[in-house]
Amino acid sequence: MTLNNKLVVSASPHDRTHKTVRSIMLDVIIALVPTLIASVVFFGPRALLIECIAVGTCVVFEYFSRFVMKRSQTIGDLSAVITGLLLAFNLPVSIPLWMVPIGSAVAIVVAKQFFGGIGQNFVNPALAGRIVLLTSFPVAMSTWTAPLTWSQNLDGMTSASPLASIHTMVSSGAENLPSLTEMLLGWRAGCLGETCAIAIIVGGLYLIIRKVISPTIPLIYIGTVALFMLVAGKGDLCFVAYELLGGGLMLGAFFMATDYTTSPITFKGKIIFAVGCGLITSIIRIFGNLPEGVSYSIILMNILVPLIENITIPKPFGTPKKEKKEKEAKE
Amino acid sequence: MAEKKSLGKELTKGIIIENPVLRLVLGTCPTLATSTSVTGAIGMGLSASIVLICSNIVISALRKVIPAKVRIPAYIVVIASFVTIVQMLVKAFVPVLDEQLGVYLPLIVVNCIILGRAEAFAGKNGVLASAVDGLGMGIGFTAALFVMATIREILGAGTFLAGLGGLIGNDFNGFSIPFLNENPMLIFVLAPGGFFTYGLVMALANKLAESKGKPKAELKGCENCPMAKSCAIRTTDESCEKKEVEA
Repeated sequence: MTLNNKLVVSASPHDRTHKTVRSIMLDVIIALVPTLIASVVFFGPRALLIECIAVGTCVVFEYFSRFVMKRSQTIGDLSAVITGLLLAFNLPVSIPLWMVPIGSAVAIVVAKQFFGGIGQNFVNPALAGRIVLLTSFPVAMSTWTAPLTWSQNLDGMTSASPLASIHTMVSSGAENLPSLTEMLLGWRAGCLGETCAIAIIVGGLYLIIRKVISPTIPLIYIGTVALFMLVAGKGDLCFVAYELLGGGLMLGAFFMATDYTTSPITFKGKIIFAVGCGLITSIIRIFGNLPEGVSYSIILMNILVPLIENITIPKPFGTPKKEKKEKEAKE
Repeated sequence: MAEKKSLGKELTKGIIIENPVLRLVLGTCPTLATSTSVTGAIGMGLSASIVLICSNIVISALRKVIPAKVRIPAYIVVIASFVTIVQMLVKAFVPVLDEQLGVYLPLIVVNCIILGRAEAFAGKNGVLASAVDGLGMGIGFTAALFVMATIREILGAGTFLAGLGGLIGNDFNGFSIPFLNENPMLIFVLAPGGFFTYGLVMALANKLAESKGKPKAELKGCENCPMAKSCAIRTTDESCEKKEVEA
């Protein structure tokens, strides 16, 4: 009996991974925890409140839209929690609280469930939520609060986002910029989760070590922006550093551009995707009216992903090259 | 053909089952552009309806005179004449509306709904039926515009019927929605919000038509097309005719 069993070969796959959607999503949540802590440290309890509202409403919207559409429940896979966290990380601390559920509704109901739920969304849901909020309420979405003012019992001191300051600095000269160390630690104005570069990089490294994301997209994305800024800043390394640490580049590159559903599968495709993101971000930052272009660049490249994948399908082993085939067909 | 019996149907089919904007997907450009305010939407809907009814009547009356090979230019000339008349009337009597609609008023000439109805209905049916068809389609177009503009204006600008006074000639300036007035969701008056609203209202119209046992507005060839009975291409397409024979 045992002898017979040894000879039986079952149908593939023979070796399964222990990873599930839920375990991957749990890894991403763990990777986002440092950023979460940093946002609460710098922006106070209101940041935590916004994050809780965003996560809570995202899960509730996911539950109800699946319920209404009579589909199987998917809140257990934790993807709605990540969408909520990322959405909250993309909001300024001073945003009126009632706007947060609108962002969650757009992210979960419109961008995700209308298109079929997890794995079917054509753009990153959190970014869709952010962009709808940004287009709808431009003032509330670009009012920045200086960090740590919450502990001084102030109602909040408004301050320009460093990225906007760099652009005015380049054109006018002097401007009160936070030092590079402060930028690295996150001691600057900005959206909740984008300020602390160290926390984001720690989270990103965790994901790369756990093999949840591949380093291709973040590295090439950030590299493209660095190269573009080196040319645009005429070789000024300090300017490049500010551009890399300012705005939402780090958060976008590690957590948004690497979304499985909305980034290419093929290696070549990943390179094209990341270079495209980098170029669009840089062009919007330098030539555009908006100070920040990360969210738009990722959304635009998300839309191109099916086309990128189409042109980078690998050649099956042993099949002739494309030109040969065409020639043969002509003959 | 029992024409009298079907007149009621010709009138009501344009409202939901064959709604030109939501079910036949015609005239999307003016729909997206003029549905940012309810006043503009009503003005656009009425102007297009008048042109539609008039051109349907004339084209139907001339249908035996117009040679089939040059029917499209002939239709365009008829439609363009009525558009010019309507435009001059609007400019003279409601200049506010003319300013609001801008280029979309003369663009009614190339509005797909009007040419589509001329080609699909007025060119084949009697004058009375064509007039009723034009009226029904006009009501459907205006209703679709009204629904979309209501959603977009209330959410995107926080007002309802703003500027209606200019259209009917008094000081009435619409209603202001308390909370939304101070916090309008600007995206709804911009293009993306227009497409989004359009999609949602279209889904709703599909749902309503489905509940009446009509097929979804899907591009699956002739058999699912709500215009299949009246379509000009269908009569020349052999595959479609075969399917009809089989059915």
